[in-house]
Amino acid sequence: MRAMPTRRTFLELAGGAALAGTVPVVTIRPLQATPAMLNAAIRNVVGEAPVRAGKVTLDIPPLVENGNTVPMTVRVASPMTEKDYVKSIHVFNEKNPQPNVGNFYIGPMAGRAQVSARIRLADTQKVVAIARLSDDTFWSASADVIVTLAACTEEVN
Amino acid sequence: MRLRSAIAFAAIALAACPVLAGEIPPDQRRSGTSFMAPATRAIQDDDTANPGMLFALDGEKLWNKKIGSAGKACADCHGDVAESMKGVAARYPAFDKAQGRPVNLEQRINLCRANHQRASPLAYESHDLLALEAFVAKQSRDIAISTGDDPQLSPFIEKGRDLFMQRQGQLNLSCANCHDDNWDRKLAGSAITQAHPTGYPIYRLEWQTLGSLQRRLRSCISGIRAQPYDYGALELVELELYLMSRARGMKMESPAVRP
Amino acid sequence: MASALINVPKKAKRGDVIEIKTLMSHIMESGFRHTSAGDLVPRDIITSFVCRYNGAEIFRADLFPAIAANPFISFFTVAKDSGKFEFEWIGDNGFAETASAAITVE
Repeated sequence: MRAMPTRRTFLELAGGAALAGTVPVVTIRPLQATPAMLNAAIRNVVGEAPVRAGKVTLDIPPLVENGNTVPMTVRVASPMTEKDYVKSIHVFNEKNPQPNVGNFYIGPMAGRAQVSARIRLADTQKVVAIARLSDDTFWSASADVIVTLAACTEEVN
Repeated sequence: MRLRSAIAFAAIALAACPVLAGEIPPDQRRSGTSFMAPATRAIQDDDTANPGMLFALDGEKLWNKKIGSAGKACADCHGDVAESMKGVAARYPAFDKAQGRPVNLEQRINLCRANHQRASPLAYESHDLLALEAFVAKQSRDIAISTGDDPQLSPFIEKGRDLFMQRQGQLNLSCANCHDDNWDRKLAGSAITQAHPTGYPIYRLEWQTLGSLQRRLRSCISGIRAQPYDYGALELVELELYLMSRARGMKMESPAVRP
Repeated sequence: MASALINVPKKAKRGDVIEIKTLMSHIMESGFRHTSAGDLVPRDIITSFVCRYNGAEIFRADLFPAIAANPFISFFTVAKDSGKFEFEWIGDNGFAETASAAITVE
């Protein structure tokens, strides 16, 4: 089931933490990130260097249970020795309001180039992971993720 | 690939699912956990990765904190939580003699605060109340639900059952329409569960925080475009009571993670 | 003091690659939500996370609003010497939390 990437207004109740009790929170979909923003964010990290597909595995469910919390694992094939290791992993998205998701800096002592986190995805979109190796080459992987809204959204009190 | 297995699973389940309206046969009862994707289940299965446990940790601090004009902590009366609270959440809501009606765990905590600690009640869905509830409910993990054994609860369970069965709201749906008749089918991409409250309070991914069964019920009721009952309303406790007694024998999983 | 959950093996053999899992309670308010009155709910997120192993930095992360609430981050490191892992989360509005975990390496 593919969610149409149109503007939608949906209501969410604040989870009770920072906001006082039952203050209702409405999320109005702001300007979406565009593929241009995604490319600009990638250029910011990578500069003029070429980005090749390969070495990176982006593990993310193709159909998420809930876009608010999506478990994600990025793995890079690398011997992780003093001479040949992964310096950093950068994750980007295509349609959230902001193109960056996270930057993770590891190094040879990591033993294994693998990072897991839980991310938010606002809509069905592409997620891109780029690894920077010790020789300053860049490798990438991308995944298409389908995100649907929860069936019944909470009403404001 | 996951979509294909989901469709195959739905096809098998459709064959197994009862066609007519009716309660779920005991041997077909399944916890909400079994409807979740493996990635979400992994979050629940690891205590160090389950955000609900963060609340239980806070609950432990509150359990030991002296409060109120009586200057008492929960621990002062109840001692070791693993002993005193073992199985408690598995038999709630329970009948409160003084009130002459069933109360749920949140209300019981507040009654204790008022009567024994002489402290003000905690607001529904407040962090502290949920933390205490998560901490207490966790002590019933893997224990079979036994709610409703008390004969004094019978009229309230009946009322809860009526609330579960009645059609309501602009969509004119009853809880039973989805959760008895159409579980394992999909509603807008999400799995319809059997609605057994085995894991409350839950860390719901949609809320990105912990929440009670009351919150979930109010959310469902607004979802069918009916006016939800206020927090603490007897109707919500009766529904909770009915749902727990309907799940009798199933194991508690609190604090669970749900999509 | 915000709660944190850390999962580090208590014991390891020298040279073992071990997994470190961390979970910190934080709302990670994205800064893109509005109240029903139309006011913007200001951003309030953890922006950086650092892990030090016996004083040396072994892992660092920049976090953005796309990281889900109650951030879970897991990574790996090679067990070298017995000692301590120290974790630090820094964020908006002066958010600063630390945690630590001990390890015995034989």
